Amino acid sequence: MKYVDEFRDSRLIKKEAALIRSAVDRKWRFMEVCGTHTMSIFRFGLRQILPDDIELLSGPGCPVCVTPNGYLDKAIAIAGEKNVIMTTFGDMLRVPGSRSTLEIQKASGCDIRTVYSTTDALDIAGRNPSKEIVFLGVGFETTVPTVARSIMIAKKEGIKNYSVLSAHKTMPEALGSLAGSDLKVDGFILPGHVSAITGTAPYRFLAKTYKKRCVVSGFEPLDILQSILVLIKQKSPKVEIQYKRIASSGGNPKARACIYKVFQKCDSVWRGIGKVKDSGLEIKKCYADFDAEVKFHPRPAPPKENKNCRCGDVLKGLIPPVECKLFGKTCTPQHPVGACMVSSEGACAAYYKYRGDRFE
Amino acid sequence: MMHSLIDSFFLKEFDNKILKRKSDSAVIKIGAEDIAFTTDSYVVNPIIFPGGNIGSLAVHGTVNDLSVCGAKPLYLSLGLVIEEGLDKKTLAEITKSISAAAKAAGVLIVTGDTKVVEKGSCDKIFINISGIGKVYYPGLSGDRIRPGDAVIVSGSLGEHAIAVLSKREGISFGTDVLSDSASLNMLIAGALKASRNIRLMRDPTRGGLGTTLNEIVTGGKFGIALEEKDIPVSEGVREACELLGFDPLYLACEGRAIIIAAPQDAAKIIKVLRRDRLGRGSKIIGRVTFDHKGKVYMKTSSGGLRLVDMPSGEQLPRIC
Repeated sequence: MKYVDEFRDSRLIKKEAALIRSAVDRKWRFMEVCGTHTMSIFRFGLRQILPDDIELLSGPGCPVCVTPNGYLDKAIAIAGEKNVIMTTFGDMLRVPGSRSTLEIQKASGCDIRTVYSTTDALDIAGRNPSKEIVFLGVGFETTVPTVARSIMIAKKEGIKNYSVLSAHKTMPEALGSLAGSDLKVDGFILPGHVSAITGTAPYRFLAKTYKKRCVVSGFEPLDILQSILVLIKQKSPKVEIQYKRIASSGGNPKARACIYKVFQKCDSVWRGIGKVKDSGLEIKKCYADFDAEVKFHPRPAPPKENKNCRCGDVLKGLIPPVECKLFGKTCTPQHPVGACMVSSEGACAAYYKYRGDRFE
Repeated sequence: MMHSLIDSFFLKEFDNKILKRKSDSAVIKIGAEDIAFTTDSYVVNPIIFPGGNIGSLAVHGTVNDLSVCGAKPLYLSLGLVIEEGLDKKTLAEITKSISAAAKAAGVLIVTGDTKVVEKGSCDKIFINISGIGKVYYPGLSGDRIRPGDAVIVSGSLGEHAIAVLSKREGISFGTDVLSDSASLNMLIAGALKASRNIRLMRDPTRGGLGTTLNEIVTGGKFGIALEEKDIPVSEGVREACELLGFDPLYLACEGRAIIIAAPQDAAKIIKVLRRDRLGRGSKIIGRVTFDHKGKVYMKTSSGGLRLVDMPSGEQLPRIC
């Protein structure tokens, strides 16, 4: 597979690891922001290859994981309304809300359908004019443009039975919040696909204000190793791009224009991190007809969290998943307690799946 | 989920020695003869997919369930549940495929039943096919598996699952993926003729290789170690998996056999399998181990070690 095999070449990986070993002069702590990075690091056994002086922490870049219970509760409330067809990306189905999951609600009769894109959701709306189609808008800058576009199409074509429940989030603000906390990291391995949209400008404050080294990284093992080397070699904190085949400093202005035509910034709650100023995206008033919050006014009971679940601390990089008491015992991919065990991008799921020592 | 359903409802109510073996076919004695008997219901959306349709799939599936139990498939029944309004052209296409698949596998459809149900009561067409065959290679069983045994797969993984999914969701990948759906009775007969030391065979349908191997090791006094670099996965399936975040180990195959055999016979078996068009991609993908009892694990291409767990329900496509 082009652009994949080259970046998984074990000879090149070994070479790059040797370069890192010879460049390391002290202990380094980096946060890999994106869930896909985390999965890749485990899948390709990068921790075993890297010198002990390099510590990698998993960050908050798994959209399913950072979506708080309260949002799931609202989605479940709307799915329970008569005449509603709920559409969602697959990995939201098993995420536990306060009292149930969408998967359980589906089995008990709610019409909840997995879609692969917002186009599918719009098609369903077209085929079911007497039903209300709600799309669960979860994800970062990478997915938001497609959701924004679907709302623009719905407005233009007069599709009145389509709306979006937005839990969209933007990455730089959350990273700012982490950089300003007591999390002691030297730098961030930034998400490649989010950055392909945002460009590098929104991250510059991380280097300038918080003195964090930053690199926009691809997702293959060689990408990640090259990115680590970039971070170590920086003379002073700045934002660099390793993932040049996809991301550029200017990002994708068309996609950004699309986002901010439909959405505006708002405060948003991140599981584990809490409320972060201006880190969410809500639907603008001029598109309120397509806002499921406005259309349905979901009022579920106040959200409950499992007190023993430490997804929050995992997402903040404070503990590795294995330090959670529930990990691998009551919380497994078959019976997830927290969101980080559900998503294929979740740090807990990655630890569970790829930790070889679990069966020593 | 399906496993707990089977254990807590069906095994509990219908408890008997034959059912408890949970094999692809029941092997029963009628007079002096060992007879393999199996049934399977087929529901697939879309009913026509790249490389086959629900009709050919149903024949292949039942033929394969008999074949992996060391039986020569002989006779099939055919039960059709048809949704009102299914167009005649489609029905004709499906019945033609059933007929062609049966002929190719050398089996006869000797009894059948048809029900037409109201629109909405079923999704276009459901098919049930039961089959019986004569056991010519008795004793295939998980009990015979020994540490050191070779684990063989007869071809690349996941093509059926991706073919169906790409048609259903209208997603196309770099390469077109055709379902691997096929009758394996001839291929398997060749392997069984070549070696007296085949311990067990399975066809990795729903849940794929990962699930099937987990079923084999569960409760056993052995583990299975796989080598990722040896597991055949086609370019198209790899691309689809990268895009959707799927793991090819858990994707359904409908024309692949997993064979566990004594190590000294493995090369011979591979040679025979590769002579057949359906077995050209055969590979030794791992071995049975003393350690890690009851677990399947895999040495990854980059040298790490990974547990291949029982999956937690169906794989879900991810957000980004």
